[in-house]
Amino acid sequence: MAIFLQQLINGIAQGGMYALIALGYTMVYGIVELINFAHGDVFTLGSFLCIAILALLGVSASGQIIAGWQGALIALLVVVLAALLCGVIGVLIERFAYRRLRNAPRLAPLITAIGVSFLLQGVMRNWKGPSEISFPQFLPNPTFAFGGVHIDLRELLVVIVSILMMVALQFFIYNTKLGKAMRASAQDRDAASLMGINVNTTIAWTFFIGSALAGVAGFISGMYFGTTMFTNGYQAGLKAFTAAVLGGIGNIAGAMLGGFLIGIVEAMTAQYISDQWTNVVVFSILVLILVLRPSGLLGEQLPEKV
Amino acid sequence: MSAVLSLVGVETFYGRIQALRGISLDVRAGEIVALIGGNGAGKTTTLRTISGLVRAAHGRITFAGDDITHAMPDQIVRMGIVQAPEGRRIFQRMTVLENLELGAYARADGRSVRGDMDDVFALFPRLAERRSQKGGTLSGGEQQMLAIGRALMARPKILLLDEPSLGLSPILVETIFHVIADINKRGVPILLIEQNARKALQVAARGYVLETGTIVKEGTAADLLADDDVRKAYLGED
Ligand SMILES: Nc1ncnc2c1ncn2[C@@H]1O[C@H](COP(=O)(O)OP(=O)(O)OP(=O)(O)O)[C@@H](O)[C@H]1O
Ligand SMILES: [Mg+2]
Repeated sequence: MAIFLQQLINGIAQGGMYALIALGYTMVYGIVELINFAHGDVFTLGSFLCIAILALLGVSASGQIIAGWQGALIALLVVVLAALLCGVIGVLIERFAYRRLRNAPRLAPLITAIGVSFLLQGVMRNWKGPSEISFPQFLPNPTFAFGGVHIDLRELLVVIVSILMMVALQFFIYNTKLGKAMRASAQDRDAASLMGINVNTTIAWTFFIGSALAGVAGFISGMYFGTTMFTNGYQAGLKAFTAAVLGGIGNIAGAMLGGFLIGIVEAMTAQYISDQWTNVVVFSILVLILVLRPSGLLGEQLPEKV
Repeated sequence: MSAVLSLVGVETFYGRIQALRGISLDVRAGEIVALIGGNGAGKTTTLRTISGLVRAAHGRITFAGDDITHAMPDQIVRMGIVQAPEGRRIFQRMTVLENLELGAYARADGRSVRGDMDDVFALFPRLAERRSQKGGTLSGGEQQMLAIGRALMARPKILLLDEPSLGLSPILVETIFHVIADINKRGVPILLIEQNARKALQVAARGYVLETGTIVKEGTAADLLADDDVRKAYLGED
């Protein structure tokens, strides 16, 4: 039982990360029907940017621990800056790689997205080299034990940050003007224009928010695993994409649910079957969902009235 | 009286297909203008061009003296040119209330939105009953009421209506035309597209007849109602 709970916690922590990345896939898909394959690489870039910002602040991978409010402040500064930078990069990607192809056949922007993905990977490899690089573990990491189950601060951080971001996003989407404009543009772009919504700006904001969340995920992934690598986003991206599809692509709540489920499935597979089988199981879920229930768990199936 | 909205020689293409072949028309202060014509004549394209959803390749569109030919759709709405489009285009996964709120999206005066919403509910009590229901679950008639109500939420300076009575029961058609006349009495000029040419011309002051992207006739509504060609082609008489 303790082992099960332990894996559940690991799964939730890992799933929170997938969920944060999945949100970007699902928001962008919802509004422009594009699977933004570069999104996973924006996530990795988020980790890289965090390392660079930490270096600027004089924090390196030497193992120095910065406790108390100073550590918290640095963490906050790093995550906010990385999110903003990733957001801007997302906006630039949309502006220069996708916007002109918005009304082109679906295959064209998809291929462009894969191109952008390779481009980002190439930039990261030239920047930090082709091997794993370590992410400074500058925060203390006390462990809390609850009857056989151990949670360390990092896991707690991942779970709390991802849940906070999701609650904030959900509130934003349903209660702010821009959030409503995003939902309206996702449902009917022309009708949204006729409401006076600037659809281009709205789409740019969607990329900004999705990419900023990937930046946050890049930070917590670095904190959680302690390393990153230029190809990291490829697999994390695919898994987050699976999460988005599982929840129902285009559906915000679905992406969160899907992320946590994928994380938990992964942890349980590793524990009870084998480490080697996690990818097989996760991507089997992707195939099964696509074949059996393409609209996903929470995908809405409203009849389109003519 | 001078024109509020004016199109001069407007040509619009979809790829290489020319949908509008040099349209000129005026809507003057306070009047209802009917735009009639058969399927594929270019009526919807005319409204989409005015709203900036498709671009005029040639010609000029002015509103209250300002050239809006190259303005963006959201700027055009902000100027007060508001359209209830063909097929209603309700936001299906949003509630009636949210749809109405979005109608007021471009307005600067946030405070009076609630009051305007009450006016819409007074006009269409059905919508008040369904305020928390998703747009996609409304009946066709309710969706049409919502589409018109949503357009009113923008406080239009001119209203463009694309087939507001399409697919509605005779009673509802009466209601809708009543509402159109009512909105116009408050001083809002209306450019009205209708399959139901007779009713449109009865409520309108003037009309234009569109055939394959060209205006083939224009005049007062009374003249058009009496015109032999119009009677044959659009009023189902021989
Ligand atoms: N998106 C489009 N792409 C290509 N051609 C189009 C497009 N939309 C309209 N057309 C063509 O432009 C012409 C005018 O269409 P439009 O929709 O303006 O007609 P309409 O007068 O509104 O007809 P209806 O009464 O059937 O609504 C038609 O020949 C139509 O096939
Ligand atoms: Mg039409």
